[in-house]
Amino acid sequence: MPKPTDPALKASPWTDSDAKPYVRVEKLTKSFGEFKAVDDVSLNIYQGEIFCLLGASGCGKTTLLRMLGGFEKPSSGRIFIDGEDMTGVPPYERPVNMMFQSYALFPHMTVEQNVAFGLKQDRVAKAEIRERVATMLELVKLGGFAQRKPHQLSGGQKQRVALARSLVKRPKLLLLDEPLGALDKKLREHTQFELIGLQHRLGVTFVVVTHDQEEAMTLASRIGVMDHGEIVQSGTPSEIYEFPSSKFVADFIGSVNIFEGRLIEDEPAYVRIASPELGGIIHVGHGISAASDTVVWAAVRPEKINMSTEAPTATDNVARGAVQDIAYLGDLSIYLVKLPTGKVVRVTQPNTSRHAEAITWDQQVYLSWDDSSPVVVTR
Amino acid sequence: MNQRRSLFVITCIVFGYAFLYIPIFSMVVFSFNASKLVTVWDSANSPTLKWYHALLHNNEILDAAWISVKVALINACGAVILGTLAGFALARFARFRGRFVLSAMTTAPLVMPEVITGLSLLLLFVALEQAVGWPAGRGITTMTIAHMTFSMAYVTVVVQSRLATFDMSLEEAAMDLGARPLKVFFVITLPIVFPAVLSGWLLAFTLSWDDLVISSFTSGPGSSTLPMVVFSKVRLGVSPEINVLATITISVVTIIIVGVSLWMARSKRIATSPA
Ligand SMILES: Nc1ncnc2c1ncn2[C@@H]1O[C@H](COP(=O)(O)OP(=O)(O)OP(=O)(O)O)[C@@H](O)[C@H]1O
Ligand SMILES: [Mg+2]
Repeated sequence: MPKPTDPALKASPWTDSDAKPYVRVEKLTKSFGEFKAVDDVSLNIYQGEIFCLLGASGCGKTTLLRMLGGFEKPSSGRIFIDGEDMTGVPPYERPVNMMFQSYALFPHMTVEQNVAFGLKQDRVAKAEIRERVATMLELVKLGGFAQRKPHQLSGGQKQRVALARSLVKRPKLLLLDEPLGALDKKLREHTQFELIGLQHRLGVTFVVVTHDQEEAMTLASRIGVMDHGEIVQSGTPSEIYEFPSSKFVADFIGSVNIFEGRLIEDEPAYVRIASPELGGIIHVGHGISAASDTVVWAAVRPEKINMSTEAPTATDNVARGAVQDIAYLGDLSIYLVKLPTGKVVRVTQPNTSRHAEAITWDQQVYLSWDDSSPVVVTR
Repeated sequence: MNQRRSLFVITCIVFGYAFLYIPIFSMVVFSFNASKLVTVWDSANSPTLKWYHALLHNNEILDAAWISVKVALINACGAVILGTLAGFALARFARFRGRFVLSAMTTAPLVMPEVITGLSLLLLFVALEQAVGWPAGRGITTMTIAHMTFSMAYVTVVVQSRLATFDMSLEEAAMDLGARPLKVFFVITLPIVFPAVLSGWLLAFTLSWDDLVISSFTSGPGSSTLPMVVFSKVRLGVSPEINVLATITISVVTIIIVGVSLWMARSKRIATSPA
């Protein structure tokens, strides 16, 4: 994961309680009639971060972003940017620029005029405008396209014009709403790394909305996972992936096997969970904060499960089942293993050697995992 | 089957266009007729430009045409300004209280019988003159105001429907880049919806140009418009000069319409291609 290279920026300011957030959102709520699109969101975003808002369609990502940009008036709560209260400030007076989901390029202006528009509003001298626009267009590799109209550009080119237009004013904070949504997979991956590079060079703070978790993992210094207008968890991509705080987050980020069970032993050093779904005991190598005998869920990532045809010696964290389906993906294969309880477990195995002892359909296999692999969540 | 269907379609087209254009065509042909009787073709002396010459020396018609042009121009400009503002308000403030009433009220002149509109305006002008002394008598001013009241409604409808499909994020992007709302309107919104505003202008001009009923109610002595003069002349028998007048009008209209549609087709292609 790329880290800010500027020495003035701490590697992870969110862990430092003295660090001053660049954007502070306090108890922000937006209601449309009875419906709460954004519900009591509090959030700190630090200088130089790429903060990704990730969530399913309709969970309120765009609405939250639009409130940061000043296009939507919060029903309650406050927004501070660089220490100043921006809650009621109109968009044209905020030190913030936005890249729109539809790009919103002005159809009656050339690429050059589009990019120059923001500088013209600030009454920047003509010669300087020309120079800054040219530099910006070079930066997004559109030097030869200055005189084209937006309808003469491809999707990826439009996207880069929109990016240039929103960066040319050198904003401290750039809001991007699904910036890569219209691009094909290959171009999208390429552009993701370009975005990161650009962000490094310019030192701008990015807030990116996306519903693509892979994109969030690639881009983000931190991710805020949203569900029904609330931020359910925020943290670095690896925190979110390795230590999800709820079933929803575990399930939303990557794929996961979730076993429902009852806490039968609750020690400071370990816990044991009896799971009828698994048909056995799950042993977790660390303590958790939940009362004994409550219902909990253990989440195990597919790549953390070992699969073998020989019975393991341990009795906990073990299951036996039949291979129901295999998907060959090239670098790895996905196996769906059906347990006698009816539960289907997803296992991924890297295809490291070309002629591994082949596990095939309907074969009986043993599944096992390390006691550090499961994550226990209580909701 | 396919063959027969296309034959049917062709027949429809031929009859439809014949119905529309034969009267116009015969009028154009008869404008070159030498005979004083419009219905008799004088093959010995035709075609001739005699009546064109006569028309250009008919002061009554020329004066009326000049008044019509003045009224139509002022009306079109005024109606476009008022109608664009009203259309903008109706399209934008989607849920303000009384929107429905306001929108129904602006479009009412479209369905109101002209006689009623004309009569009510006449009564208003008379009452105003008695109350505040303005407008003093009826003439070009009252007629222009009257034309604006109904042609503005058409402009409103045209502009509003264009704005309904306008991508709001364009305005937001402009504001985001530091333009204030008024500037956004003039630099972004207006240039993009300009084709609609232009069609509104042409519509308002045309409505005023050929209006007879409302003009008759609200005009005064010495302010007869072209349609009023033509109508009164025709009642005494159609003179070949009227054919000439009609031919000239049709030619001018055709040239303008073709020019504007070519221009609009071009800018529409630009405006609607996804940005
Ligand atoms: N102007 C509005 N009036 C009423 N409801 C709205 C309005 N704008 C958004 N909503 C509702 O608020 C919720 C959140 O919308 P939002 O656009 O923020 O979703 P999103 O997370 O960006 O989704 P997507 O990924 O599909 O873009 C949706 O259920 C939407 O229907
Ligand atoms: Mg959205």
